[in-house]
Amino acid sequence: MKTKNLIYYALISSIFLFSLVSIWKILVTLQGVELKNFNFEIIITLGIAISLLNLIIGEKLNYLIKSTLFAFIFTFVDGYIVQVMPVWYNIGIFAILIFFTLKINKYSQKYLASEHSSQIVIFDFLTLFGIVLFSFVILFPFYMMLITSFKTQAALLINPLDFSINFKQDFKELFKSYFVIFDTYKFGRYILISTFVSVGTVIVTLLFAIPAAYAVARLNFFGKNFLSTSILIIYMFPAIVLVIPLYTVFSQLGLRNSVGGLLIVYTATTLPVAIYMLQGYFGSIPKELEEAAIMDKLNWFGIIIKIILPLSIPAISSVALYVFMIAWNEFLFSLMFLDNPNSFTLSRAIQYLSGDAETPRQYLMAGSVIVTIPVLLIFVYFEKYLVSGLTAGSVKG
Amino acid sequence: MSDTLSKIEKRTAYILILPAVFLVFSIILFPIFANVWISFKEVGLKDIRIPEPRAKKIVKSIKDNPDQLKVIYKLRNSSLILEIRDVKFQDKLPKNIKPINLDERCRVKSNKIYCDFGNWEAKYKENFQILLKSSDGKQINKKELKTIKPKLTGKSDNILLNTNFTLKNFKKVFFQNEFFDLLSTTFYYTFFGTIGSIVFGILTAQLVNQKFFGRTFMRSVLLFPYVGPVVALAYTWELLLDPYSGTLNNLLMNFQVIQEPLNLLGQKYLTINFFGFDLKLRLALTTVIIFEIWRYFPLAFLFILARLQAVPKELYEAAEVDGAGPLQKFINITLPQITAVISILFMIRFIWNFNKFEDIFLLTGGASGTRTLPINVYEQGFTISDIGMGSAVSIVIVALLLLFMFVYFKLIGKRADEN
Repeated sequence: MKTKNLIYYALISSIFLFSLVSIWKILVTLQGVELKNFNFEIIITLGIAISLLNLIIGEKLNYLIKSTLFAFIFTFVDGYIVQVMPVWYNIGIFAILIFFTLKINKYSQKYLASEHSSQIVIFDFLTLFGIVLFSFVILFPFYMMLITSFKTQAALLINPLDFSINFKQDFKELFKSYFVIFDTYKFGRYILISTFVSVGTVIVTLLFAIPAAYAVARLNFFGKNFLSTSILIIYMFPAIVLVIPLYTVFSQLGLRNSVGGLLIVYTATTLPVAIYMLQGYFGSIPKELEEAAIMDKLNWFGIIIKIILPLSIPAISSVALYVFMIAWNEFLFSLMFLDNPNSFTLSRAIQYLSGDAETPRQYLMAGSVIVTIPVLLIFVYFEKYLVSGLTAGSVKG
Repeated sequence: MSDTLSKIEKRTAYILILPAVFLVFSIILFPIFANVWISFKEVGLKDIRIPEPRAKKIVKSIKDNPDQLKVIYKLRNSSLILEIRDVKFQDKLPKNIKPINLDERCRVKSNKIYCDFGNWEAKYKENFQILLKSSDGKQINKKELKTIKPKLTGKSDNILLNTNFTLKNFKKVFFQNEFFDLLSTTFYYTFFGTIGSIVFGILTAQLVNQKFFGRTFMRSVLLFPYVGPVVALAYTWELLLDPYSGTLNNLLMNFQVIQEPLNLLGQKYLTINFFGFDLKLRLALTTVIIFEIWRYFPLAFLFILARLQAVPKELYEAAEVDGAGPLQKFINITLPQITAVISILFMIRFIWNFNKFEDIFLLTGGASGTRTLPINVYEQGFTISDIGMGSAVSIVIVALLLLFMFVYFKLIGKRADEN
């Protein structure tokens, strides 16, 4: 057993333990429990002690007994230091320790004697650390958004760290922010507009994109290569550059402040990527099927409707979902084009709401939850189909 | 025979692509040319409105004379800057009503009044009167008269269509707009945002490429920031980072990491004492960059993960036999395999970050040292209401991007040749 490996193992594992315990402590603090210190030195010392003891005991004890023993010791010491704590805090600490000791169980004195073991130990713990840390950093804002929407202004001001929700209160009290934004701020209307614009964009985009993608994938014509490369270049073009000319022209045509104008812009900006994704899929459909159809004297319209469409339902639905998500999330054009609250989309409405400094934050967060939930639901539910499209670069941002 | 077939094929192809090409051309390509046009003009937001002749109709009864009515039209030119030429007026009269002592600019023809008002200069105003008399002696229905709206037409110059060009906007962009400040902020934002998102992309891809419980769940969670609506996420972050009631500051103070709350989005510089040297950190810009990394590293993650999963397992097994540790495996096998993806990612992210508007706009609005070029486009065009200036800035953006792509492809092309 090399000393270097031993030191690495003891240090990195105790730092990992410390970060786990700290994240738990942060979450506990957010439930309104008073907790002022991470006790860095004590936790690290305990961690080093446990990881060394783990090596010394090795396989002399059953690993389950060993972990339970360590967990009990740690929970007891920690509970003694931090004092008055609800029982669920100690249960959490206990669970973390069980998890941790089961993880370090695989390292033995023999294991640490091998050449690269310090690197492997570091990589193992970095992986675990990464999983915990990234999940926390990513999910925390979403968690905060949801919780804040259930709080009241007064509660938020008294203790900004208290994220606990009183589920015993009246249903109407709990969902008060949601009732307010629907009653006072007419979010029902904005949901309808957003849905209309997004679904409309999907339909119009598909109507334009399917024939064009078919032509690019199957037919020979002058300028075909130029067209298929320019699709990608156009897709790279920044929206901020389009804003001023579109604003001036739409103002003069009276298309500003209209849902129709927004629909046109969204369709045009999502068309390149829709064509790009669809033509790739259409190209993979065997040509023989169409040749048979041409023998049957079907024209292109018939070919698309009767042969291409039924075969490419998965591709078309994933394109549709993408276009929906892009249109639903879009903010820049809705900011530029809409200034009449009667034609706001959800994103624009939330931004408008925040423009008033008096607007309580929980209303803002309730609006944010409403605009976020459909997208996340679609994404989680259809994740399998959507991930491949994302790799094709379908969502610009 | 085959000739006609290919002709038909061509014609069909053009019919199929025409609608899409037309739409993309008019909404994406035309504005880019229009931008060049507008950037050489002095146009303000108020000039965009085409001047219109307008008339407000007021109906008044006349005392002691029940069968007569006075109609007043408040005429005006809606524009404060431009004249309207050849204004024509038209209004319908109900049956059996005739005007008396009609203005000489007007004439009556089958129940309609036509007037030629000639040219109206900017800000033109006139109260134009018509006396009406009922020809059958009955009282005139005021309501009916009010509901009929007059029609006005006129010709005017569209400031966007004339051919007066100027270089003023570009002079202003480069010399009166703190251009180099803008450029350096944009560059910092773009460069560190791009690098950061790629680094975190590599880390997370490496992470998810291993086997562990809950791996698919982890993969979807990592993509949440990327698919969530920017408005919701930006406001959540703003709340999180608020100096007084924000969760982050309160947590840090609670655990005694900091003594004073940090205004992470509203403070331009943070002075850090580092071994006796005072280092100035651009705090708000750093926060905005961190948000950007948080939101866009999933794209890098997905690209790199897809590439990692295609790396043959034998390579790693062979390296293991040769006694390579995880670090050597990463440096000697993984990195060379993903350099191509990284170079593409760098380009895509660089271009998109360079043009990023929403994120900064929602978080800081361009204040406290986070004003980038895209933010400046918005400010010039819509806050200062100088459309020409806004266009000029966006032309500069496009030029810089083209320059970047040119240099990038030169460099990448060279490297590809060498390999």
